[in-house]
Amino acid sequence: MEKLLGTEAVKRGMAQMQKGGVIMDVVNAEQAKIAEASGAVAVMALERVPSDIRKAGGVARMADPRIVEEVMNAVSVPVMAKARIGHISEARVLEAMGVDYIDESEVLTPADEEFHLLKSDFTVPFVCGCRDLGEAARRIGEGASMLRTKGEPGTGNIVEAVRHMRKVNAQVRKVVRMNDDELMTEAKILGAPYEVLKQIKEAGKLPVVNFAAGGVATPADAALMMELGADGVFVGSGIFKSESPEKFANAIVQATTYYTDYDLIGKLSKELGSAMKGIEISKLGNEDRMQERGW
Amino acid sequence: MTKLTIGVLGLQGAIEEHVKHIHDLGLQSLIIKKTEQLGEVDGLILPGGESTTMRKLIDRYEFFEPLKEFSNQGKPIFGTCAGMVLLAKEITDSNTIHLNLMDISVKRNAFGRQVDSFVTKLDVKNLKQPFNAIFIRAPYIESASENVEILATYDGKIVAAKQDHILVSSFHPELTDDNRFLEIFVNMVKEQKVDMVR
Repeated sequence: MEKLLGTEAVKRGMAQMQKGGVIMDVVNAEQAKIAEASGAVAVMALERVPSDIRKAGGVARMADPRIVEEVMNAVSVPVMAKARIGHISEARVLEAMGVDYIDESEVLTPADEEFHLLKSDFTVPFVCGCRDLGEAARRIGEGASMLRTKGEPGTGNIVEAVRHMRKVNAQVRKVVRMNDDELMTEAKILGAPYEVLKQIKEAGKLPVVNFAAGGVATPADAALMMELGADGVFVGSGIFKSESPEKFANAIVQATTYYTDYDLIGKLSKELGSAMKGIEISKLGNEDRMQERGW
Repeated sequence: MTKLTIGVLGLQGAIEEHVKHIHDLGLQSLIIKKTEQLGEVDGLILPGGESTTMRKLIDRYEFFEPLKEFSNQGKPIFGTCAGMVLLAKEITDSNTIHLNLMDISVKRNAFGRQVDSFVTKLDVKNLKQPFNAIFIRAPYIESASENVEILATYDGKIVAAKQDHILVSSFHPELTDDNRFLEIFVNMVKEQKVDMVR
């Protein structure tokens, strides 16, 4: 029987299986095991979490394959890894290693300021960040199988993720209600592929799942993003930069599953210790805003 | 007869996709987030997702015994992918035993990692036309006892099976527009309901 690898259904389907779950950034096998034990649906293997990338400065690249391999050997949940925007070779290396999902990520220093990866060329699926529907549709057009808000990574400040989730969802609602003869103009205004907007209008929703990312630091932050319509949550620095990672990881997983159970979230938030230290977005210079990377 | 209600365990995974299929067949659905909701449904789907995560949530929200009790009442359960892992008596390469409701030994991620995930046309017992089967980091049944009815194999591996009131598939019917596999389950639920009335 003929067997087709890397089809759209297989790549998007993988992300659909992650829905309602939390994907956690980890930098070694030990953290990966803590994440898995807490109920993470996947882990993102990195050399540094975003807040440490901010501190370290310089060029942030794909993680050392040794770290990725260590994490892959440590857990049975899927392992994701980040490649620089437009860095075809980093992405191909991660694919060859058997990573389950690649994040073409603005957290790393872009390799190409003009072109994102042609993700439909790969067998491995990709997740990409977006701030609005234009960006979301362009990434889908290039073959992204999953979206996430860009937020502002490594800040522990949810405000940008909220902005991006609300914006995308409002724009999707607008497209869904539009007349067919208005769609091309909307595509022009958004800089979005017309075909993708047509799909959205027909389906009544985005054709891929959309997670929250970039600033989730507490159980209530995760619940808020689910409330706003996120399909799931990425937590970067929020877990392993908190006072007690196990507790935060457990609490964020539960708050994501039961995001409208406020008694539970209240209980979960007690005695957690302090969350990661946050950054006020207006204190970031333009050059420090990771969300401005990519287009 | 009142309209059948099919529940979908709502802890994590591809939940809405099953709900859509249930509605397409003209039945009612209920997303199960609390154990007491199990009493309101005639059959239950354990959806695809991450089996490790789902098991953690099953324990944390005390679903373990209620799920076994649901099965003990003879009410049908359909497990897709991760759901199949949860229903198995044994997991290869692991000491973990989950719900232990079906006499099968299951190998997780048996076809490889995500890059090995695939789509194929699959012959399924009692379905006239092949089924477009989507396998995502899928498990397969390595061995099954004699009372398990094999419904489909791929490359010599068992990928769909039935035992009494339990149905499992390695692949994801809910990711297609094809309701025929879910119909197999719905027929099991209907038969069970008739039996209960008798």
